[in-house]
Amino acid sequence: MMKNGGLREYRSASWDEPVVMELGYPGRRGMVFGEVDAAIAAKVGAAEALLPAAMRRRRPPALPELSEPEVLRHYLHLSQQTLGMLGVNLFGTCTMKYNPRAGEAVMARPQVAETHPLQHADTLQGTLELVHGFDLILRELSGMDRFVFQAAGGADAAYTHACVTRAHLAARGELGKRDEIVTTIQTHPCNPATAATAGFKVVTLMLDERGYPSLDALKAALSDRTAALMVNNPDDMGIYNPEIKEWVRLVHEAGGLCFYDHANFNGVMGKLRARELGFDACMYMLHKTFGAPKGGGGPAVGAYGCTAELARYLPGPVVAFDGAKYRLDSDRPDSLGKVREFWGNVPQVLKAYAWARAMGAEGIHEASDLSVLANNYMEKKLLAIRGVTKSNPHIDAWRMEMTRYSLGVLKEDTGVGVADMQHRMVDFGVDAPWLSHEPWLVAEPFTPEAGEMWSKEDIDYWIAALARVSEEAYRDPEIVKTAPHNQSIAKIRTDGLEDPERWATTWRAYRRKHRKA
Amino acid sequence: MTERPGCPSVAHPYMANSVGAIKAAMLADIGAPSIEALFEQIPADHRLRRPLALPKAIPSEAELRRHLLGVLAKNKTCEDNLSFLGAGCWQHHVPAICDEIVGRSEFLTPVWGTPSSDHGRNQAWFEFCSQLGELVGMEFVGLPVYSWGCAAGHAIRMAARLTGRNEVLVPRSMDPERLAVVRTYCEPEALASHIAVRAVDYDAASGRLDLADLRAKLSARTAAIYFETPGYLGTVEENGAEIAMRARAAGAETIIGVDPISLGVLAPPGDYGADIVVGTTQPLGVHMNCGGGVGGFIATRDEERYAREYPTLLISITDTLKPGQIGFGLTLAHQTSYGLREKGKDWTGNSVYLWAIANAVYMSLLGPAGFRELGERIVQQSHYAARALAEIPGVRVVFPGGFFKEFVVNFDATGKTVAAIDEALRARGIFGGKDLSREFPELGQSALYCVTEIHDREDIDRLAGTLGEIVQ
Repeated sequence: MMKNGGLREYRSASWDEPVVMELGYPGRRGMVFGEVDAAIAAKVGAAEALLPAAMRRRRPPALPELSEPEVLRHYLHLSQQTLGMLGVNLFGTCTMKYNPRAGEAVMARPQVAETHPLQHADTLQGTLELVHGFDLILRELSGMDRFVFQAAGGADAAYTHACVTRAHLAARGELGKRDEIVTTIQTHPCNPATAATAGFKVVTLMLDERGYPSLDALKAALSDRTAALMVNNPDDMGIYNPEIKEWVRLVHEAGGLCFYDHANFNGVMGKLRARELGFDACMYMLHKTFGAPKGGGGPAVGAYGCTAELARYLPGPVVAFDGAKYRLDSDRPDSLGKVREFWGNVPQVLKAYAWARAMGAEGIHEASDLSVLANNYMEKKLLAIRGVTKSNPHIDAWRMEMTRYSLGVLKEDTGVGVADMQHRMVDFGVDAPWLSHEPWLVAEPFTPEAGEMWSKEDIDYWIAALARVSEEAYRDPEIVKTAPHNQSIAKIRTDGLEDPERWATTWRAYRRKHRKA
Repeated sequence: MTERPGCPSVAHPYMANSVGAIKAAMLADIGAPSIEALFEQIPADHRLRRPLALPKAIPSEAELRRHLLGVLAKNKTCEDNLSFLGAGCWQHHVPAICDEIVGRSEFLTPVWGTPSSDHGRNQAWFEFCSQLGELVGMEFVGLPVYSWGCAAGHAIRMAARLTGRNEVLVPRSMDPERLAVVRTYCEPEALASHIAVRAVDYDAASGRLDLADLRAKLSARTAAIYFETPGYLGTVEENGAEIAMRARAAGAETIIGVDPISLGVLAPPGDYGADIVVGTTQPLGVHMNCGGGVGGFIATRDEERYAREYPTLLISITDTLKPGQIGFGLTLAHQTSYGLREKGKDWTGNSVYLWAIANAVYMSLLGPAGFRELGERIVQQSHYAARALAEIPGVRVVFPGGFFKEFVVNFDATGKTVAAIDEALRARGIFGGKDLSREFPELGQSALYCVTEIHDREDIDRLAGTLGEIVQ
């Protein structure tokens, strides 16, 4: 994105687009369904008489009345008022990567889009073959024995693990006795949250000066109450815990299961396997690492894989293959039940399959190479920017696919913090970077992740944008503090958002609270 | 040039830096001797010592497409066949512009931006909530959750926290698929925070909730009564207001599950006593996608006690620093697991936010008249189908009145099993309704048939004619 060596003069479209509830004209139609067949009407009569009187709708819903092209144009305007990765987007922890449109085009066809999950397996042999094929690919990447795709996101896969743990403990008569799940403060919040939702107590280990918790801290946390360890590695700071094998050994020794949250798989894929590190189960996000689109937050898939020992607890149905035919096996008495209806966000699984086939073993190896190379390249250049430091600065090693940085110095010097920086970055067509999950362990954190898709020029552009923000902060901080300047709308007011008298999640509530007249 | 064993020799179309000279330049810039050196943090004995054994790469889009289409050609679809499957995933017409809008790169590929940079997407989400709120008659609507079952599970947990009670009543006629999800959310009995799920019987003649059994089971332990209309077996719950009133009297929350596509003709649950409304979003402009199209929602009155229990992301309209301008921002985000980790409300993560945009487009397209027209058409066609099937000797419609798009068809008197009938139908290009014989043995050899606006009279007559031949 370099233009004469400088930053682009990005300007967002600004349509001043009204809320759809204000648009339209009474009587206008965007979709009609036609008159019901005369023979049908003659046989059954009016619809009204076919429904219990008490349950009929009396007042029509106050929806807008628009023609079809008006609806299309309205939502096209909204899409244009969304920066949405049309520039450079290095949103860390989410592994922004290319979503191949070949996958989009194929999965939009009726062979996928117009299929029903309860169709007889004989009529879904193509889908089942690809799902099974992808299971085999993930088995090879992880060393696990079986994957399922029912979990509708990474957090749902973490929840799946918590539920597998329950089923495993129940089978051993230890449910209710082993009631603690151990995690680390740098592990994604969905791990402690899903563990707690599944009924476990959560023990969170803090980091020591090396950037990960000590073995002593782990040992102190383990006991005959330990149900499982849920942990990521490397973490979002780009630090790999080299003692992880010993962690797994200790947790197993205490009688717990070990779950590898592979959210940060991009830097290690093809380089190591969860099974060889000793883990019992792991999770991949197909909408991150495996090229399926994110959709602004789903439909997503958390692919959950485990050892043969745990496979009997998996949510069903699972795909079975007898060498000639595929079928769905629902007859699994030890199964934990279900975490979501049906067997998964199938098109996303198939898109991930397509991505993995396009990449192959060589491409996947190359992608982790490029991710780690690009991150360390970025790190060198970002640390040269005034006011930027990194987490655990004394750790001298090359980082993995991400590094966590801090604008603490910049904030101290200029008053400009990460939120201001985000608002200014978008003015250059760069999506705001991820900051950090809570709690913030470094002041004013931010976490870019270069991944394998972005070109060196894109990365240089991103660095140049941050350099400009720093330069502005020291020269004229008001430019940054009053940003954004080139977006569809100005900065929002947040003071009413937490106020029950003022918040409004619907137009109806907004009208009542704010437009009383 | 940096040659690295195991990496492709030709630049990969998805990876701009997979050019030897670029890698060499970046390595030189950072002063690293090799890419391998960058992995120094990982101990040698953690590393995989062999290349991955994966199927041969297909970097050519043309070849990849041929491969995918070749395998997928083994599928049979609900477009080439006549399908009467529903039961949690339904074949409705998906307007072309729903696909157009959700295919826009700005919506398809990214995650989060700032409220200013992603204003359009936030507005689309707010419009999803606003329009859904009109349909269900509620003022407070969260961004979507994974599915109807997940929405019900979260809502039951909300009710348990609100009431401090640990039992939920559900209809015994509930979809076992959805119930399995709810049971997962309610935890096994051995855990202290377990929520007991108790089934309330249904009336054998009408399919509606058995009020006597409800009265017997409702108690000071009841956190919530959950019921659906239309229910899994298709019937509209005529006694919704009375059930809600009884729940209220017992200090329990009323959670009502709905398919919002029915709400052009059926009463909004907010009108007959719902405290929390949940349901599906898939019928509103999302393809079945082999079950990948499902989505769920949670809605309540705009009262703080409910708002503060939501596990979903919530987006509110607000002002901007420019007078007269509106924008959108997250509200109550701190109570989620992003803010509070294990102390947050259940958990929050990815969901089906792209589908929320399809839903918003769909609701804008239909408007009040579209939802009414669609609902009436479905009701008439489904009743026509039920009557046509009931005319076949040996075939009986179990709950013949007051359903929306699904109804139970019993084949006991034909002496044939649903499985055998389905197989024969399949051979004739028809997917019969879902087999209920294992889920509800008391219904005998019964199947759940679904008729929507995509069917026409010829389709229904063809089904009736074919079934007539099969059961002869």
